[in-house]
Amino acid sequence: MTLTVTDLAIARGGVPVLEGLSFALQPGKALILRGPNGIGKTTLLRTLAGLQRPLAGRIEGAEDQIAYASHSDGLKPTLTVIENLSFWASVFGTRDIQPALDAFALNELSDRHAGNLSAGQKRRLGLARMLVTERPIWMLDEPTVSLDKNAVQMFADAVRAHLGQGGSALIATHIDLGLNGEVLDVGPNKAKPKPIDDFDGGFL
Amino acid sequence: MIALLLRDLKLALRAGGGFGLGLAFFLIVTVLVPFSVGPQSSLLSTIAPGVLWLGALLACLLSLDRLLALDWEDGSLDLLATAPLPLETVVTVKALAHWLTTGLPLVLAAPFLGVLLNLPVPGFLWLVVSLLLGTPAMSVIGTFGAALTVGLKRGGLLLSLLVLPLYVPTLIFGAEVARRGATGMETQTPLLMLAGITAATVALLPFASAAVLRINLR
Repeated sequence: MTLTVTDLAIARGGVPVLEGLSFALQPGKALILRGPNGIGKTTLLRTLAGLQRPLAGRIEGAEDQIAYASHSDGLKPTLTVIENLSFWASVFGTRDIQPALDAFALNELSDRHAGNLSAGQKRRLGLARMLVTERPIWMLDEPTVSLDKNAVQMFADAVRAHLGQGGSALIATHIDLGLNGEVLDVGPNKAKPKPIDDFDGGFL
Repeated sequence: MIALLLRDLKLALRAGGGFGLGLAFFLIVTVLVPFSVGPQSSLLSTIAPGVLWLGALLACLLSLDRLLALDWEDGSLDLLATAPLPLETVVTVKALAHWLTTGLPLVLAAPFLGVLLNLPVPGFLWLVVSLLLGTPAMSVIGTFGAALTVGLKRGGLLLSLLVLPLYVPTLIFGAEVARRGATGMETQTPLLMLAGITAATVALLPFASAAVLRINLR
């Protein structure tokens, strides 16, 4: 399913941060979101995930399709890795959490309480949640924070596998993940996506 | 839905989950009352229904600020809002989990604490019945208050101030059922009022809670 964003304007705390944003995210594609701090990348992801209303513009194809990962992973420190992951699997109606444990090398940690994990291990568990949602569009906000080199590779592999299965991803990150994705550079009050100018043209 | 309920019950029962906090408070209040008002058994039996109801209400209030705040702080409320569960279901399940971990233990403990306050024998049944009917309303109203104040730093005080007036009708009719029951009077009118309040809050407030939660998450 293609996510289409047309002439989107968003605000944080009542102050407009981005406007005139248009892009399309097609199945099998990744879009890397770049821009300086405070430019509204998180607000954009929250808006697309349905947590916030846009000021103006249209978002199509997002309904019940988006798996969102924010800065915090929603982990419960007194539950084990398996219990944390199984909870989200049940919420999203998924039976099998083994592929998610495998993809982020969490098998050895499966009986540990999430409160005893290191920051990087917690992040891996948070990202494994994306796999159990089984939703086609991933929205990731700075997913590689506190991940080591190996874990970043694990994450990039997981995203690549997800894209290979026809999923898509919108990732706000400042590091190079080696993904075959387009880059959406957002600037103050104006977003100019380079590779899809023609697409914008169709709308304008 | 069941997964959320089971997770919340598990979290409450594990270390630091806060299960038993309300119960301990209830126990402390009722144990201390005879020391503060004096040991005259006639006086104690007169005030017992009211004290027990007030103790249960305050014990309920004590655990409300953690109801949604923990999920807000660790980000799981945001993630639940993007999950296939409607927020109305989320808040209803949260209220149910709160009742099972706070309200129900209070109902079960109340008869034993009634003995400490020399509650007249006919009053025990009515005390349990009135608490059983009234505590679900307290959990649902409390969830509404928690949804209103979620995300506020030190929202606990504001939450108590918001919720307290909403608890008053339940307290009036609940304590009245227990008082009338203890003195052998007719209990039907306050009992129906109490049941009506609970039915109305359980039916309507989850929608209001979900609506304010949506606004607060923005």
